[in-house]
Amino acid sequence: MLLNGGREINTDIIAIRMHGRGGQGAVTSAELLASAAINEEKYAQAMPGFGPERRGAPVQAFVRISSHQIRNRAEILEPDIVMVLDPGLLSIINFSSGLKDNGTVIVNVKDKDIIPQSIIDKYKVAYIDAMSIAKSVLGVPIVNTTMLGALIKATRVVDIASLETPLNIRFGKLAEKNFNAMKKAFEETIILEK
Amino acid sequence: MSKRIGIETSLAIAETVKLVNVDVVAAYPITPQTHIVEHIADLCANGELDAEYIPVESEHSAMSACLGSSAGGARTFTATASQGLELMHEVLYVASGMRLPIVMAVANRAVSAPLSIWGDHSDVMSCRDTGWIQVFVENGQEAVDMTICSFIIAEDPSVLLPFMINLDGFHLSHVIEPIILPDQDEVKAFVPDFNYKYRLDPHNPVAMGDFATPAIFTEAKWANEVALTNSRAVINDVWDRFYKTFGRKYQAVETYKTEDAETLLMTMGSFSETAMTAIDAMREQGRKVGLVRIRLWRPFPFDDIYEAVKECKNLIILDRALSAGGPAGPVASEVKAALYNKSVKPAIVSIVGGLGGRDIHVSDFINMVDIGEKAIKNNDIKPFEIYGVRG
Repeated sequence: MLLNGGREINTDIIAIRMHGRGGQGAVTSAELLASAAINEEKYAQAMPGFGPERRGAPVQAFVRISSHQIRNRAEILEPDIVMVLDPGLLSIINFSSGLKDNGTVIVNVKDKDIIPQSIIDKYKVAYIDAMSIAKSVLGVPIVNTTMLGALIKATRVVDIASLETPLNIRFGKLAEKNFNAMKKAFEETIILEK
Repeated sequence: MSKRIGIETSLAIAETVKLVNVDVVAAYPITPQTHIVEHIADLCANGELDAEYIPVESEHSAMSACLGSSAGGARTFTATASQGLELMHEVLYVASGMRLPIVMAVANRAVSAPLSIWGDHSDVMSCRDTGWIQVFVENGQEAVDMTICSFIIAEDPSVLLPFMINLDGFHLSHVIEPIILPDQDEVKAFVPDFNYKYRLDPHNPVAMGDFATPAIFTEAKWANEVALTNSRAVINDVWDRFYKTFGRKYQAVETYKTEDAETLLMTMGSFSETAMTAIDAMREQGRKVGLVRIRLWRPFPFDDIYEAVKECKNLIILDRALSAGGPAGPVASEVKAALYNKSVKPAIVSIVGGLGGRDIHVSDFINMVDIGEKAIKNNDIKPFEIYGVRG
């Protein structure tokens, strides 16, 4: 066990931080992912960045996944994985703050050039044009479920099939479309190894 | 046996309210408690819970409606936080004084001003003397389990007192985690029907909460105090039966790695889990530290606390509330009072932190232990330390 700044000290916990804008569904992504992990009989925790909800403002959501009971309720300052739902955030927030050296960044971009070179040099990066997939498969510009496909492709934190039940509970008859968008992103995500 | 599902703690509490088949819910939404009553309203609206949901215009009215419904013999639940709890404050005393077994979840939050929607224990600390049974839960599973037990304890004919379940706002209320929701049949078999012997009944009229002259007021208050103190036996018994039925054990005071510990941290509420991780890290470094967590806040578990701390040298107590102008944090102040007449007792350092939603990380708990041990070693113990404050 490493002290690691005393924050995420349990090395068997995978800590994920999601960045989006209010209304884009980052919190829902976190909830779906944690539920999928729990359905795999793992331990998991999902929480929003605590505070008032403001549509359009940068928001965070957090997920911890482990094979053991998770005993840490603090917000995640040192994630293993960072997911950015909105390409516009790449230049206005410090999304890689505290990201561990062997960390992974998953971004929604139309074009690889939008990703800062310093990030590509330092971390494993997975990217996908989630907006186009969401618009064509779901018919709405909401990328949260699509981006989960990219996250799973890059990190394998859960099996993609484990999302089926949480999606059904959350979206009912719209679940299938969301699952299809997720699968399409899973297939098309490009991974740049460090 | 039911399996673990991923569910937000607030929704799990609402689902448990359904499982215990509550008759009346009167509530007013307030962050960070809103998800509890919102989900109960859904359950009532879609027919899953056959209860009367009273959407009142304020928390004062919420608790007042709860008084009426409980006095009428209905199993009654509400939930609130922060300003809402303060607004219902005067009615809280009426609930305990009239011996009405209302159950209320409080998603603990700071009190304005300045306005903060984030969590700490300031709201409930003003309610210490209201005569309610009060517990603090650590995680979502415990929130569910305490909700089940609370109705049995509160409605026991020898108790008949209101019951407050404190859960940390956001840090617990808004977290999705693995929780086992028992089956309806299991809960139905475990929780007896509420059969209130003294209920308001037009065919057998009684007066409740009546006028008390100086000739009787002291006796009425003493009777309440005896009932609250004696509720401890029922609390123990219900938690014991819960353990035998559901396999999860709860005690008034819990210890973690306290054997041979020279320094103990003391916490209350969900931050205890993060503190446990800090204890693990310090134990890895060979430090003799442990953790004591208070679950039962009222009736105050004097003997359990003494048993838990009597062998340590240093006791560092975290309070997420400030007793303005008073003696340290409320928990530290009460623990100090509880140990005052004991001949063997630890040195105590009171730390106030985690106010208005400020996070406490594992490294912060380690810092607190460092601060406390240093103050004791240098014989420089202040009335309290306010952790991490700027300026």
